[in-house]
Amino acid sequence: MTILGQLALWLALLLSAWGAVVGYLGGRRGDPALIQSARRTTYALMGLLTVASLALVVALLKNDFNVTYVASYSSRNLPTAYKLSAFYGGQAGSLLFWAWVLTLFAAAAQWVTGRRYAYLLPYVAAVTSVVTLFFVSVTLFGANPFERLDFTPMDGRGLNPQLQNPGMVIHPPMLYLGYVSITIPFAFAVAALLSRRLDVGWLHAIRKWTLLSWVFLSVGITLGMWWAYVELGWGGYWAWDPVENASFLPWLTMTAFLHSVMIQEKRGMLKRWNVILVGFSFALSIFGTFITRSGIISSVHSFAQSPVGTFFAWFLLLGGVFMAWLTWSRWDLLQTEARLESALSREASFFFNNLLLVGMAFSVLWGTVFPMISELVRGTQVTVGPPFFNQVNIPIGLALLALTGIGPLIAWRKASPGHLRRQFLAPVGVALVVGAVLAARGMSDAYALLALVLAAFVTATIGLEFWRGVGARHRLHGEHYALAFARLVGRNRRRYGGYIVHLGIVTYFVGFTGAAFKTELEASLKPGESVTMQSPYGEALTFTHLGVSQYEALNRFVSAASVEIQRDGERIGILTSEKRQHVDSFGRASFEPSTEAAIKSDLREDLYVVYAGSVDGTEEAVYKFTINPLVMWVWLGGAILVLGGMVTMWPGGGPTDRAAQRALEGYRTQLAATETAAS
Amino acid sequence: MPIDRRGFLRVGALAVLPALGGRLGQDTTAAAPLYQPDLAGRPRERVTDYQNDPFIIGIERRLRCTCGCNLDIYTCRTTDFTCTYSPALHRELVDLVEQHLSADEVVAAFVAKYGQQSLMAPPKEGFNWAGYLLPGVAITLVGSVLGWVLLRRARAPVAVGDAAVTGVLSTDDEARLRTELDKLES
Repeated sequence: MTILGQLALWLALLLSAWGAVVGYLGGRRGDPALIQSARRTTYALMGLLTVASLALVVALLKNDFNVTYVASYSSRNLPTAYKLSAFYGGQAGSLLFWAWVLTLFAAAAQWVTGRRYAYLLPYVAAVTSVVTLFFVSVTLFGANPFERLDFTPMDGRGLNPQLQNPGMVIHPPMLYLGYVSITIPFAFAVAALLSRRLDVGWLHAIRKWTLLSWVFLSVGITLGMWWAYVELGWGGYWAWDPVENASFLPWLTMTAFLHSVMIQEKRGMLKRWNVILVGFSFALSIFGTFITRSGIISSVHSFAQSPVGTFFAWFLLLGGVFMAWLTWSRWDLLQTEARLESALSREASFFFNNLLLVGMAFSVLWGTVFPMISELVRGTQVTVGPPFFNQVNIPIGLALLALTGIGPLIAWRKASPGHLRRQFLAPVGVALVVGAVLAARGMSDAYALLALVLAAFVTATIGLEFWRGVGARHRLHGEHYALAFARLVGRNRRRYGGYIVHLGIVTYFVGFTGAAFKTELEASLKPGESVTMQSPYGEALTFTHLGVSQYEALNRFVSAASVEIQRDGERIGILTSEKRQHVDSFGRASFEPSTEAAIKSDLREDLYVVYAGSVDGTEEAVYKFTINPLVMWVWLGGAILVLGGMVTMWPGGGPTDRAAQRALEGYRTQLAATETAAS
Repeated sequence: MPIDRRGFLRVGALAVLPALGGRLGQDTTAAAPLYQPDLAGRPRERVTDYQNDPFIIGIERRLRCTCGCNLDIYTCRTTDFTCTYSPALHRELVDLVEQHLSADEVVAAFVAKYGQQSLMAPPKEGFNWAGYLLPGVAITLVGSVLGWVLLRRARAPVAVGDAAVTGVLSTDDEARLRTELDKLES
């Protein structure tokens, strides 16, 4: 089966080169035969990469330990779900997975894109084929998952215990889907540049793709945070680790793109900027892989490293030069169609939103690579950890949060002072009241206080928008409020879906503020002994050690330590944290012991208990207790954001034909009146 | 052999008392040994007051563990329980604190021994200022230029031709207008 996989990869290598050539020539000459060939090549590549992927999955499921990759990342007693996730748990497999997902997206782009954008599709096929060619080359020559050993071991090494977590089954594919799907908007941008058709057509063609990619990235990042929180046992979810930063960078630039694209669609502005942004987003998705796979920057998330960094470095360099030349050569075609009419307009607020998003991306990138730069310049390597990133990025994040509320309330083109007063009076009032209440209750952390005040402001602006929309429908159409709400959102999915996304961002920020009030305590307890912590809400939380039990599970030996928890003397439950010693099918320890945190979550706080180990081999357990306020809001924010994204992407919506006809008639009348007045 | 009631009670008492005595005499504060102590992770020592001391933790958060995990000493020693570096660094740090060194002096001692890489954030000196200031300066600079350009353009009068109406809508224009209207609310 692996021979078939290897063969499929070689064929994919040749075919992707073919697809790149015929795609470009087909687009340039408009030759239907070449265009058809490019399209079919895309489908064939999907088929070949599917075969290669299936070959690896079968090898994993059949425990073919003669295959180096299977022996390195799987074992006989590994649960089936994790055997499947081992497909992307290692370097070579993850690259193959990337290539496979790319071909799926490339084929889908050819399949679903409307005929009116057919002129772009051959070029799109060429670009996706080039990217496929790169990934297949890296897979074949840098990290081949089908390489075989000289001997067949009795059992494999198994999957890293930290990757044996449900979050890790879903998180990497989501993140990869996000990274890989950026290729499609990028391919359309390149296609528009190559075809010199730089109107809004390519933006319409990629609208859904851009959102899809952004939602996948958001889900992937949030799931990664959740995985780090529940699995790594440190009671946090974001540490500004290089791998985390690598996923955050394209998210930031894609978020900027999602906003700036609206300006091009509505006003014909920022054409150059949009092309640059989508190019950067694609480059950053590759750059993230480069810095984490090459080993030049170490990370707690890097489970797979090999010398594929060189491939990525060259691809980035050549791709960057090509993109720079292409944009430069079409510079004149990317001239703006309209001019900004006022600094007090939504366009201006979007400019600043883009500045902050890209500025934040720059600061994260700068912090991530600064150790390398320092070593190059001074010969001294420095560590750039959370203190640096927090210092630089929290103020930018708060400014962005403020703009999340300001932007949607300012009118397009030009806002009058009266309009601004009407729009902002109520939200600012709400924010000030919230700030006063929090300050009166003794909240002293300046950043947390500011974040919550801004969160209240943005929530009020979003609430106001919904309230006005629903009220208008209720008045005009006599609809019940619930129906008016449903129709408001249903008929204006992009706008109100966007507001829901903003609400998700606000919820994230509320969750982030909880980190300022995190409380931690280490304690060694004998059975029956207790320790008490003061929660940020002023309650006494008592943890009583119940004992340690030990038992064998499927592929591990478990030591489980339990604590009973009381809040102000009232029992609220028992939490059991585990120490797991994974073993192979012969009962031999296969990895260092891992820790499973026990978490009790509600909207107010998480109680996070970690069993660190035992004293003198007895039931006297060493614990780390953490009270983590508002963490659930982070996951809730992710869910709201995805909901908003889905509302925005959902097909249909928009005004009915009758409404459009009415508007058209109204516009004609207005034009006729203007003409009469002019003559 | 038949046994009388007194004999029965004596035998019963003899049988129960040792067990009762053993139970009464048990040290309830002692923890029972684990069934498989070797499989319960790396052996731990009892937690000391230093491990929860905010002063010590504050210093540990400024210093990086040398095991290669990218975490600060506190996070590493309370997260990666297989790490042998962070507990050793904690003890080293406690030794320095016990010598009545201030937080900055402890940090300086670590930097002298392990290099600047042992700091969680580069010290604010020399070339490192570029690290701290460049993002903020870049954003401020670009923001100022952007603001200036926006204000300048906004103040300039809009040319009449920009919005001039030239005639009745053609079929193409009508189609375009319909598309725009579709987009307007979507």
